[in-house]
Amino acid sequence: MSELFYDAAPNATRVAPERPGPRHYPAKPREVILFGTCVVDLFFPEAGLDAIRLLEREGVRVHFPEGQSCCGQPAWTSGYAAEAREVARAQLAILDADMPVVVPSGSCAGMFRQHYRELFADEPDTLKRVESLAERTFELTEFLLNVCQVEWQDLGEPTRIALHTSCSARREMNTHLHARELLGKLSNVERVDHDHESECCGFGGTFSVRMPEVSGAMVMDKTQSLMACGADEMVTADGGCLMNINGSLDKQQQTFRGRHLASFLWERVSGEGKV
Amino acid sequence: MSQRIPVTELTGGFRDRAEIALADGQLRTNFRTAMDSLMKKRADAFPDEEEREGLRELGNRTKARALSRLPDLLEQLEAKLTDNGVKVHWAETTEQANEIVHGIIRARQGSRVVKGKSMVSEEMEMNDYLAERGVECLESDMGEYIVQLDGEKPSHIIMPAIHKNRRQVSKLFHDKLGVEETDDVNELIQIGRRTLRRKFMEADVGVSGVNFAIAETGTLLLVENEGNGRMSTTAPPVHIAVTGLEKVVENLRDVVPLLSLLTRSALGQPITTYVNMISGPRKADELDGPEEVHLVLLDNGRSGAFADAQMRQTLNCIRCGACMNHCPVYTRVGGHTYGEVYPGPIGKIVTPHMVGLHQVPDHPSASSLCGACGDVCPVKIPIPELLQRLRQENVKSPAEGAKVKDGGAKYSRKERLVWRFWRTLNSSPVLYRLFLWGATRFRKLTPKNVGPWTENHTAPVPAKRSLHDLAREHLARNGGQ
Repeated sequence: MSELFYDAAPNATRVAPERPGPRHYPAKPREVILFGTCVVDLFFPEAGLDAIRLLEREGVRVHFPEGQSCCGQPAWTSGYAAEAREVARAQLAILDADMPVVVPSGSCAGMFRQHYRELFADEPDTLKRVESLAERTFELTEFLLNVCQVEWQDLGEPTRIALHTSCSARREMNTHLHARELLGKLSNVERVDHDHESECCGFGGTFSVRMPEVSGAMVMDKTQSLMACGADEMVTADGGCLMNINGSLDKQQQTFRGRHLASFLWERVSGEGKV
Repeated sequence: MSQRIPVTELTGGFRDRAEIALADGQLRTNFRTAMDSLMKKRADAFPDEEEREGLRELGNRTKARALSRLPDLLEQLEAKLTDNGVKVHWAETTEQANEIVHGIIRARQGSRVVKGKSMVSEEMEMNDYLAERGVECLESDMGEYIVQLDGEKPSHIIMPAIHKNRRQVSKLFHDKLGVEETDDVNELIQIGRRTLRRKFMEADVGVSGVNFAIAETGTLLLVENEGNGRMSTTAPPVHIAVTGLEKVVENLRDVVPLLSLLTRSALGQPITTYVNMISGPRKADELDGPEEVHLVLLDNGRSGAFADAQMRQTLNCIRCGACMNHCPVYTRVGGHTYGEVYPGPIGKIVTPHMVGLHQVPDHPSASSLCGACGDVCPVKIPIPELLQRLRQENVKSPAEGAKVKDGGAKYSRKERLVWRFWRTLNSSPVLYRLFLWGATRFRKLTPKNVGPWTENHTAPVPAKRSLHDLAREHLARNGGQ
């Protein structure tokens, strides 16, 4: 029998990591870096700008390092770890400063906080910088809520909205809870639940082009349930889901749309109605 | 009426089968309804989040501890079972396991086998193997009985016939058994039960699976809700249990949390109707029970998974099925689309070790990595992380040498080149900004058709100006950087 195990690695058994305790939040800093993310950079730049405005409104000075590009997630989730690592290395260099990094996308923030460790597991020297970045990375809603501790006056008309949270943002960053709490601070905004709210919209990065049949069925269900819930629009803090959901709605020739949470929030608190 | 997908006739890959399943409205309704109900049952069975998380933690550690001593525990189990009068057989392949089972039946000149539910016997394709040798195998679990009657394979590891609704079962019974059609589930169960009762008494051999094999006491623990497991293991003169070698745990204390996790995660039950603990054949002073009990321990690639620190975690699995119940992909395409014995998220991470990645090249990609599976796994198998690892193994070149059986199934020089280009673009600020400039400036030239993406979406058109542009302008005005 034992010959079955001749090549077993000794002491190789892994146990699940301890559940992380509640995150400790620092006092509001004077300045932060905004990591815009590649999807926002090219497709939803206004959302990135609105994120900057929301931060500045709280008296935080925002830096936008010109060298930033992508967190590396597309290659990482496609199995191309070496390629992801080099892109990650470039971001690590650019984000190496003594201030928080705010990201208007939970999955990219999760990439910094969770997966860079795996990418650089064999590079002890780099790992120090990875840990520092993980410690300093905040998803936008998390930062506004827990670090800036915003108190807002809602200047918008009464509206009903549905909130969609990307799965990795939910799992790795608790973005659904932060976004709900932020929306709760807006007196004229009613958040309505939609059917199968926590279910994936079908994006999954390259999954949407590798498995278009299944992904298409998922986004069809998601858009149908969003439209059926009685909301005026959908908001999300993740560019990937937004591109997926709006792209599908457009293909279906629907008028219902989603937009980035940062743009929605800025419109409410600045009073700048821009539909 | 639903279009039936007989697994045995399936051709093509995951995507071809998914397309057929997705077009089957009845099938999709059956799965969505069933999975919604199962998700609710599990949620209701764990009302206290703190307790649930503590129990999952304990489950994970209990399995990890057992796996850390797996070779020792298996030897202890063998010794203890032998003391108890159970014959233990080792099988490295499913072929060997079938030969062993057939050998035992032949020695008794048996020709009729009645089976309790066992996924390992599905792995072995035992029914077909024995049928070819003149031995009749009858499934006695109601769901297994239904799929056997229809010449199908299970579509779920706990509920084999979950892809059928009651009308489809009624029609099947009418066609195959000549009974009146009925919409009454209880009547349908009674029909199956009447047919099966006789078979238990006539069988020469009973076959079952095992949920937990306890090393310290040499006990085989089997859970079920229909009583058919108890009948299969006690009525016939011979009982053969077949199981994967990862099912061994140290002692009965370890079973307590694992059993609770299993039944609550699977069907939302505090405990199953039947919990069978089998510790040997009928003793001289006992009135019933089998004369012979055998245990076949199957490897079938498990030792390969065991050898890899990360993939070893796949052996934590206690086969509850919660991952598939919560999977948005499984819910839409059903179990048969996977084309293998184990469907859903767990199937995607255990099957490559059994059959090799070349046979299931699309499985690692058939996930949006949404993480619902990992969140509900009662023994905390990091399923998304393992899928990610399999994706890496799947695209390795022959020179890089994949570490999972038949890895490199999706190696493509062309795709590698695309990612290298992506890497160069995204790690060079100059090139990246040049790309942004081009993409925004020539946005009108964005093609209307961008491959698979435009099957479900309109093509995304870049903004007029990138965030790089907008931020630079805005921050210069506001005195930022």
